[in-house]
Amino acid sequence: MLKGKKVAIIGDRDGIPGPAIEECIKTTGAEVLMTTTECFV
Amino acid sequence: MTLPVVKGASYILVQAPSTLFQYGSTQTQTRQKDPNAEYLKQIPGHLRSFEACVGYAPNQAYIGNLLPDELGNIAEPWYDNPVADASRFGAQGEIMPEDEFLGLVKMYDSFDLVKLTQEFTELVKAKLKIHPIFKDKDLKALSEGVEFNEIDELVNKHVADGLYFEHKLIGCVKQAHDTDPNLNAHVMLENSMTKASGILALLNLGRLGYDITDIEYVIEASEEACGDVNQRGGGNFAKAMAEGAGCVNASGCDVRSFCAAPAHALINAASLVKAGVYQKVAVIAGGAVAKLGMNGKDHIAKGVPLLEDCLGAFAILITANDGESPIIRTDLVGRHTVGTGSSPQAVITSLVTDPLDRGNLKITDIDRYSVEMQNPEITKPAGAGNVPEANYKMIAALGVKRGDLERAEIMNFVEKHGMPGYAPTQGHIPSGVPFIGPALKLMKAGQIQRAMIIGKGSLFLGRMTNLFDGTSFVMERNAGIIEEAAAGQDDTALKTMVADAMRQLAEILLKED
Repeated sequence: MLKGKKVAIIGDRDGIPGPAIEECIKTTGAEVLMTTTECFV
Repeated sequence: MTLPVVKGASYILVQAPSTLFQYGSTQTQTRQKDPNAEYLKQIPGHLRSFEACVGYAPNQAYIGNLLPDELGNIAEPWYDNPVADASRFGAQGEIMPEDEFLGLVKMYDSFDLVKLTQEFTELVKAKLKIHPIFKDKDLKALSEGVEFNEIDELVNKHVADGLYFEHKLIGCVKQAHDTDPNLNAHVMLENSMTKASGILALLNLGRLGYDITDIEYVIEASEEACGDVNQRGGGNFAKAMAEGAGCVNASGCDVRSFCAAPAHALINAASLVKAGVYQKVAVIAGGAVAKLGMNGKDHIAKGVPLLEDCLGAFAILITANDGESPIIRTDLVGRHTVGTGSSPQAVITSLVTDPLDRGNLKITDIDRYSVEMQNPEITKPAGAGNVPEANYKMIAALGVKRGDLERAEIMNFVEKHGMPGYAPTQGHIPSGVPFIGPALKLMKAGQIQRAMIIGKGSLFLGRMTNLFDGTSFVMERNAGIIEEAAAGQDDTALKTMVADAMRQLAEILLKED
């Protein structure tokens, strides 16, 4: 589904942080352009 | 070696609607972009009265007049269902109105940077005179006030930031240096308010019956930095607050780790007591001006009152074992390390199950988890969801993976081992520490055996690392000083046995001679 797509990742400290999402996205063949984790509180 | 215990706790709120409007970061940034922004015009109509703030159930829970669980019995939205006969004074703290607090900012101003008008000074003096904490000698620091024109001129010359009450200029905080950005008027205003709110929390420990004059060490754990151009975060809010509160026997230091700082500070305090370095340590934190009205735009857009109108602060007293107060288990500490990783499983393992495994405890052996206790009524309209509940679900999910509970029990776990969030979104204030006061009460009453306090901090916001942080510890009901004595007796018995054996050996040797 994401193969060949460019992806920007915004993770949540109290949910799924960015690097954890990145590890998953990498397995799909997508190109990760940037990864960040934000604090929403 | 003694076991460290949580002897007492105080939690305070300062309702500061004018400060929210003037100095909350969402408002200052909006004003910078467009001073006539519609959002700024809407704010006054969405601020609530002091009475509404006092009657707000999560605030009553924060100052100890309600147990967190009791919030479940109050209809939502809580802001439409105030607690009847709510008091500004609580079993574990107080809620202070903005005018009294501005008086405190002046009272604890060490460098004559704070100016209040004569009229406002008189008003505040009269109000603080009947406050249970402040005596006439304390009120002398308010002085007589100055002419309005003096304040107006300082603000107009941009050498001072105005102090407002009911949106009227009633005072100012002057810059402490003409070129140093770390001592400018805004930084001095923020730091003075952090300091004054921390002092109020310490003084409330005194009001609740704890002797604060023999505290030996104070650790401050807010998120502000004080220092000049050569040492931006030079620090020691702790000693400044101890001085203000009259803790004449205390020294202290600051501990910083964003929102996780209070949990770190408590582990440090417990370790100092356990090691015998100090017998009585206070962990305190003042409030964060910048976070006032942080999610205001979303609240106004969704018709919610501006609930982020309070500065939060707390003071927790850690002492040597008294045989009745809950113990901090320094052997059951969790920590998120540099190498832990960021997956939810890794995070929860490091903070929750690693320390539990060391104590041969299951996830369900902890009666209550105190996580990020943000009030969901504040975070949900802003799109951040129910933060405590999300944390509980992650703990439960790991419990299922470990076989500590069945998958179908996840929501039961959340209800039984969690609690509703009720703390203001003041960063370090909701992070684990709000439940220490209720846990103290529940453990002393024998209603719960153990609680885990978990603090998390967003280190990445400082742009020095992409990491975040977390630490945790277990609080446990005190088994009683009698057991401590029993352990001593066992030691005596052992010594007697060894002495008997030595005597018998000596007798045998004498006979052989």
